[in-house]
Amino acid sequence: MTLPDWKTVGGAAVLFGLAALLPYSGSGYYLGLGITIAMFAVLATSWALFSGPTHYISLATAAFFGVGTYVTGLGFEALPYWTLPLIAGVAGAVLAGLVGLATLRLSGVYFVIFTLGLAELVRQIITWSQNRSGQKGLYVLTDMTEAGIYWQLLGLAAAVFLAGWLIARSRLGFALRIIGDDETVAAHSGINTALAKVLLFMVSGGVAAMVGAILAPRFVYIEPSLAFAPILSFQVVIMALLGGTGRLWGPLVGVIPFTFLLEAIASNFPNQTTLALGVAFLVIVYLLPRGFVGLIEDAKARMRRTEGAL
Amino acid sequence: MMQNTVLSLRGVTKRFGGLVAVNAMDFNVTEGEVMGLIGPNGSGKSTTLNLISGALPATAGAISLRGTDITTMAAKDITRRGISRTFQLVRLLPSMDVLENVMAGAVFGHKRHWGAEARTYAMGLIDRVGLGGKAHARVGQLTYIDTKRVELARTLASDPKLLLLDEWLAGLNPTELETGIDLIKSLRDEGRTIILVEHVMDAIRSLCDTCVVMSSGTKIAEGPPAAVLTDPEVIRAYLGDDDDA
Repeated sequence: MTLPDWKTVGGAAVLFGLAALLPYSGSGYYLGLGITIAMFAVLATSWALFSGPTHYISLATAAFFGVGTYVTGLGFEALPYWTLPLIAGVAGAVLAGLVGLATLRLSGVYFVIFTLGLAELVRQIITWSQNRSGQKGLYVLTDMTEAGIYWQLLGLAAAVFLAGWLIARSRLGFALRIIGDDETVAAHSGINTALAKVLLFMVSGGVAAMVGAILAPRFVYIEPSLAFAPILSFQVVIMALLGGTGRLWGPLVGVIPFTFLLEAIASNFPNQTTLALGVAFLVIVYLLPRGFVGLIEDAKARMRRTEGAL
Repeated sequence: MMQNTVLSLRGVTKRFGGLVAVNAMDFNVTEGEVMGLIGPNGSGKSTTLNLISGALPATAGAISLRGTDITTMAAKDITRRGISRTFQLVRLLPSMDVLENVMAGAVFGHKRHWGAEARTYAMGLIDRVGLGGKAHARVGQLTYIDTKRVELARTLASDPKLLLLDEWLAGLNPTELETGIDLIKSLRDEGRTIILVEHVMDAIRSLCDTCVVMSSGTKIAEGPPAAVLTDPEVIRAYLGDDDDA
């Protein structure tokens, strides 16, 4: 690694260290907000690992997240707690792999619709199998604290950032950017486009399932309509796009303000949350097509030009 | 089969529904040869190139590269085995600079470089095609001929055994055309094996060792440019029969 690399890694480590101190603030409200931010930071960043370079918009986050919550819900009594996020990660990755093999040959809007349908399909299957067994949902009663959940999410976030940083510097990361620009050129340059896309989709799906597994104890009671809520998939897309998917830290820049905004909307206009989400989406797409990252980079470019002129 | 045959097509056919775009094509390309694939618009030249490069699957027949059957191979595998192509309408990677566009070929193609080695290698090719000093230019800011140079450098970056150039000279102005012909000439002088789909007759005369002429998906002539371009059947294919009018 070069000196700037060490600076990047060191800076990120300091920020994560500071974030880890949040539970000591003693405020349950801020800790709750911290969990929401950490959750969306992981989900949006891992979503952007795949969708950012390839421009394949996935609405399957809720499917992977839901599978993760059910891994914890079904397994917490029988298995050691620490194995559950790992099992969920594998389950999410396997599901993403199967879906990827079946769908990544689809392009554009067909892929989007399929991923949305997938979340519904998994939800219906679980609802159906629960109805057969006479249950409606599952109680997840553990002694996991809010702080414990927060630290797990923060650790996962660090792992996702590290993975994203390494992928961006690898052949795989370069291959994905080429695929995003022109898939035909990618194939004719010798890239195994299907493999590259499936691998990243598996990383993204596995991480979303781990988030679900970590958060399940917080829900205490889970049922399909909660675990597979499609709105989660849309929130993740909106936040990632607000921040910008062109940089690894982009989605995070979208997650933090959006979480505060959602919080404000949800507490003042609880019945209009979805409406506000839709409006936010339109505003982002029209006014900030490259997200905050785009704004920041344009500003930097302007500054360089001004300096050059002086 | 002769030892120095690079590419061989036997009875290669492509049907799109009822339309036979390429009909039982047979030809060989020998090492170090520049072969011109010519014919009127819609005669199946580009389709033939798409079949060779794996962009389209052949309906029948066999294509082999140095004796290995590549008929059913995917484009990526054909590229890795050493066939590299440009596109009729230039295809560059719009979000990347010139260097990264060329590196795409260097990193994943027949020769697989990575890291600093790939950069140095790509820089060499950028100079080689006459783009020296433009390595960090955005491809959207380039002139038309420069975009063609980038694409050529990307195909060269995989160090192909066979280069497919699909109307690489089309759309250039007279000065650029001269530069372009010289550039391809210099590739020929390096001993590269090339198939050239081309309409520019001057280029065909000065660059090609042999020509295959296609009309309505079928090969109608084969031989040195001087001979095939005066062949009455070829002239008829280009200019049409009196009956056609």
